[in-house]
Amino acid sequence: MGAGRYSALGLLRGAITGHRHWGRAWRAAEPGGPYDVVIIGGGGHGLATAYYLAKEHGVRRIAVVEKSYIGGGNTGRNTTIVRSNYRQPQLQRLLDYSLKLWHGLSDELNYNVMFSPRGALFLGHSDADMTRLAERGDALVAMGIDADLMDRDAVAKLVPLLDMSPDARWPIEGGLIQRRGGTARHDAVAWGFARAADTLGVDIIENCEVTGFLRDGNRVTGVHTTRGDLVAGRTAICVAGNSGHVAGLAGITLPIESHTLQAWVTEPVKPMIDTVVMSQTLHCYFSQSDKGGMVGGGDPDFFPSYAQRGAPLRLEDSIAQAIALAPALSRLRMVRSWAGVTDMSFDGSPIIGEMPLDGLYLNGGWCYGGFKATPGSGRLYAHLLATGKSDPIAAPFDLDRFAQGRTIDEVGSGPMPQSR
Amino acid sequence: MLLIPCPHCGPRNQEEFAYERSIDSVVRLDDAPDVAIAALYSRANLRGEDHEIWSHTCGQWLRLTRDRMTHAIHAVEAL
Repeated sequence: MGAGRYSALGLLRGAITGHRHWGRAWRAAEPGGPYDVVIIGGGGHGLATAYYLAKEHGVRRIAVVEKSYIGGGNTGRNTTIVRSNYRQPQLQRLLDYSLKLWHGLSDELNYNVMFSPRGALFLGHSDADMTRLAERGDALVAMGIDADLMDRDAVAKLVPLLDMSPDARWPIEGGLIQRRGGTARHDAVAWGFARAADTLGVDIIENCEVTGFLRDGNRVTGVHTTRGDLVAGRTAICVAGNSGHVAGLAGITLPIESHTLQAWVTEPVKPMIDTVVMSQTLHCYFSQSDKGGMVGGGDPDFFPSYAQRGAPLRLEDSIAQAIALAPALSRLRMVRSWAGVTDMSFDGSPIIGEMPLDGLYLNGGWCYGGFKATPGSGRLYAHLLATGKSDPIAAPFDLDRFAQGRTIDEVGSGPMPQSR
Repeated sequence: MLLIPCPHCGPRNQEEFAYERSIDSVVRLDDAPDVAIAALYSRANLRGEDHEIWSHTCGQWLRLTRDRMTHAIHAVEAL
């Protein structure tokens, strides 16, 4: 297995021998089987699921099938923000469960995921905003999640980059910060989980697209793929962005619509901001990557698409907002913009649960907030796949909640995925 | 960017239009509960051609037949 366990000593040894000892971080597995569990989708969530299944539940025969390459979908397209300061208690429990895992993840995986708890700051632009943020902060603290309300001066001191002048386009009255939140290196999360899962014997099969399901009556017994059939005891969909398409292969429709979300990055510069800044009133968020680029994003494109490319309209909106909040950004050149396809669910919350067919499970509907949930989502999904029962933290996120009127609607916009 | 042909105004910029919902999501007053729930919460969400309801700022409602993979608009009807 390549360089074995990564360590400072290994680095030092490599420095002496010209770093020729590095091998593949995971095997290029061929389709085999039969498997206990086949996971469709080699993004962060799918790989984390495989890792926790092997590590904590002792499941031996696991395959992860990925239509392209590891981390080539949404795992490598997000703005890397990690936080748990939601408003609905079910989401607070879910995301804080995940945030606690982020804090030990590099050690857990023996892979530096560059998690940086630099603080995630929501801006307040009016008295009404501040009331809302104070209420959210109280709700978070009551749940045991850290949240500090900041006044105008404290925000100005923390982020000198912001336009605090009297004629600012969007005046800043204060903010609410979660200091345990921050960013992580998104690719490293996929690679770290892939390597750790591979070490435990998981087959990671890339360039292998699922084209249908093997069926035995009402039971799913595996998948048809472009590289042959894979037989599985349990089949786990984990393809957020394409959940609608993959579920459609099994004849199932979901409370999910696929929409495009864009992001952008500037040329790398010296450190100019050490916090994640977000405005939910405007819908703009930006932070600085460890390489120095300013990374940001905004609203999704407001109409369904699987295209992985966006219209300049929404890109312009989020950049205009970012520049108005932090005028210095206008001097930077934008290097790239890109788009990912997000599973917009009909209450804005994810779905982790059983599907109407036996042996088939779903983890999807993460809207545009899935990255932060990666380790928690994987661990909870692994629990469901290993035991057949949802952990109490994941239980509220079942597929039946829509028909039963138990939606978890963070913004209260109803079943209109484009208005989140 | 989409150039959407409004039946009333002709081709106009995407910015003037709003996507409302897919055509399979219209709830009728006398629908049975399971039909209504499906219309509210269940989408074919096809990775290909689908039918959608859009509105234009001029007040016109449209039925678009649009490819969600290529963004090509294949048909527009006034609603």
